[in-house]
Amino acid sequence: MNYLNLFVIAYRSLNRNKVRSFLTMLGMIIGVASVIAMLALGQGSRNSIKQQISGLGSNVLMVFPGASYRGGVASAAGTGQRLVLDDAWAIRDECPSVKYVSPVARTSAQVIAGANNWNTQIYGIYPEYFNIRNLQVESGDLFTDEDARRGTKVCILGKTVITNLFGEGADPVGQRVRIRNIPFRVIGVMKAKGQSGMGSDEDDVIYAPFQTVQRRLRGQTTRVQQIYASAVSEDAMTQAQTEIDNLLRQRKHVAKNDEEPPFRLRNQQEILDMLTSTSDTMVALLASIAAISLIVGGIGIMNIMFVSVTERTREIGLRMAVGARSRDILRQFLLEAILLSVIGGLLGVVLGVAASHLFVTMLGWPVSVTSYSIFLAFIFSAMVGIFFGWYPARKAARLIPMDALRYE
Amino acid sequence: MEKIIISVRSLTKVYEMGEVKVHALRGIDLDMHEGEFTAIMGASGSGKSTFMNILGCLDLPTSGDYFLDEVDVKTLNRDQLAHLRNRKIGFVFQTYNLLPRTTALENVELPLFYNREVNKKERLERAANVLEMVGIGDRMMHFPSQLSGGQQQRVAIARALINDPVIMLADEPTGNLDTRASFEVMDIFQKLNEKGITICLVTHEPDISQFASRNVMFRDGKIHREVTVENRKNAVVELSNLPSEDDDYE
Repeated sequence: MNYLNLFVIAYRSLNRNKVRSFLTMLGMIIGVASVIAMLALGQGSRNSIKQQISGLGSNVLMVFPGASYRGGVASAAGTGQRLVLDDAWAIRDECPSVKYVSPVARTSAQVIAGANNWNTQIYGIYPEYFNIRNLQVESGDLFTDEDARRGTKVCILGKTVITNLFGEGADPVGQRVRIRNIPFRVIGVMKAKGQSGMGSDEDDVIYAPFQTVQRRLRGQTTRVQQIYASAVSEDAMTQAQTEIDNLLRQRKHVAKNDEEPPFRLRNQQEILDMLTSTSDTMVALLASIAAISLIVGGIGIMNIMFVSVTERTREIGLRMAVGARSRDILRQFLLEAILLSVIGGLLGVVLGVAASHLFVTMLGWPVSVTSYSIFLAFIFSAMVGIFFGWYPARKAARLIPMDALRYE
Repeated sequence: MEKIIISVRSLTKVYEMGEVKVHALRGIDLDMHEGEFTAIMGASGSGKSTFMNILGCLDLPTSGDYFLDEVDVKTLNRDQLAHLRNRKIGFVFQTYNLLPRTTALENVELPLFYNREVNKKERLERAANVLEMVGIGDRMMHFPSQLSGGQQQRVAIARALINDPVIMLADEPTGNLDTRASFEVMDIFQKLNEKGITICLVTHEPDISQFASRNVMFRDGKIHREVTVENRKNAVVELSNLPSEDDDYE
C-alpha cells in the first residue's frame, strides 16, 4: 500500500467521525496552547526582570577595601590594607574579562545654588563609571578622563538635586553650584533613574571628576574607597570576579586560600539570580501544569483510539478480509493518532500564540512567544500521538481476521 | 476438464473452547473447477461457515491441505495470506460488512487501496465499472444507510469483484434478504457465473441452492452428499414469477 492511500484511508476515517475527532483533538489543542502561553508568560517575566536588573547594571562588580583584624578586633572597612588608584588601573590592564573600571570617591556634602541648599551624595568618578552603571545625561555633557585626572571643578546633577536646588524641570546646565563652598560649573543633567534595587533614590546624586572629589572634598591622595568594574558580558561575571580576586590577592600578597583577603568583591549578579530563579520556578511550575494537560490530552487520544479499535473491530476484520496486511492496519491507526495529535498541536500553537497576544493587549502582561516553545510543544504533541497511538494500533493489527469479523 | 481452482484434502478444524474441543470439520475432500457454481448446504453447526472461512483464508485449518489456484495455503505467512485475499478471493458476507458513513463508491474501492499496482484513476474507473455491473451505477454516492439490504449486498458483491478474483465466496449472501432481493442477488451471481467467474456460496435455503450448478451437503463437519443440480433455476424467470413489487405494499 502506498502512503498516499494510507493517508486517504486515515483521513476518511477521521472525517467519518468529525465530532469525535474534534473532541479528541481538543485535549491536544488545550495542552499545547497552555504550554505555549505559559512558556511565553514565563519568558516575558524573565525578560522584564532582566531588563530591570541590567538597567541597574547587572554586570557590575564592586571592590571595597577590607577591614583589618588586630587581636581579634575588627576595625571599620578601609582601615586595613588600602586600595590605591593603581589597583584600579591594574584591574583594567590585566583582567581580560573586565571591560570598564572606575575608582569611586564618595562623600556627602551640602550643596548651595542661589538661595537654596541641599545635602546630597557626591560621587567622584572616571567617565567609565557611566558605562558601568548604564547612566546617561539628559542634557549637557559628561566630563572627560582628563577632567577626572586633573580635578576640574565641573559636575553633573541628578534630577532630585535639581528639583531641590533649581525647581522641578529646570535645566541648570551652565549655572554654578557651590559644594562645600567650592564653586562647580554644572555641565550636565542626568536622566532620571528612579529607585535603585535597594530602594534608595538614585537621582539624589551629583557626579563630579574623581580627583576633584578625592582631593578637594575628601582631602585624600592615595586611598581609594571603592573600585567599580564591569564584566564584558553577564556571562563573564564569574570569570571577571575570579580574575580580579586573583589579581588583588597577588598585589596584596595574600595566599589563595586565605579566607580573609584585605578587600571585598561584590556583584549584582546575585540579585539577578535570585529574581530570575523566582520567575524560573514560576515558569517551571506553570509549564509542568501545562505539560500535564498535554499528557492528559495524549491519554485522551489513546482512549479514543482504544474505543475506536474496539468499535471498528469489524471494520478491521473487513479490511483484512479484502487484503490489508497487519502493517497496513497498524499504520492506518498510528497515522490516525498522529494526525489527531499533530492537527491538534497545530491548532494549539495558533491558540497559544493568540492567547499570548491577548495577555499583552488586554492585560499588559510581559509576554514573549519563543520559537523553541512552539517547536517543543509541537514535537511533544507529535510524540504523544505516536506514543499513545502505538499501543491501540498494535492491538488492531494483531487481530485475527475471522475473530475481528465475528466481533459483536 | 477445467482447471481446478480449489482443492481441499482431509481438511479438519478444531476449536478449543477451554477444556472442550469442538470438531467443526472432520475431514473434507472437495475440488472446485473453474466456472463452477457450487452451493454448500447444511444445518447450523454443520461446519459450512467454518469451511467457507478457511476457503477465504480468513481462518486456518487445524490439519489437511488446501490449494487455492495451485498455491499451498499452509505455506503462506500472514502477509502472503493478505495478498492472496486481496488478489484471488472475493468474499461476500451475510451482513454485507460495508463501512458506515462511507459512500458505495468508497466501499467498493477499498480492496484496491491495498493493491499497490492500481493508481487512483484506475481505482475509480474499476469501482464505477463493477458498480454498474451490479446495477448500483446510479447510487454510487449513497451511504449504506441510504440503501436497501439488497442494494447493500450488491455493493458488497461489487467490492468482492473489483480485484478480479479467481473465485467468489459468499457466506449466506441472502440470509438477511427478502425473497425478491435474494433472487436479485442470485441473478447477479448467475450472470457473473455465465461470464466465467467461479462461485461458491453457503446457504441453508434449499430454493437458493437450486440456482447453483452443484450442491454439496454438509453434516456434522463432513460432506454428507454431493449432487449436480438437475433443473437449475434461472433467477430472471423466478423474479418474473414473483408478485409485482406494488403488491408488497400493504
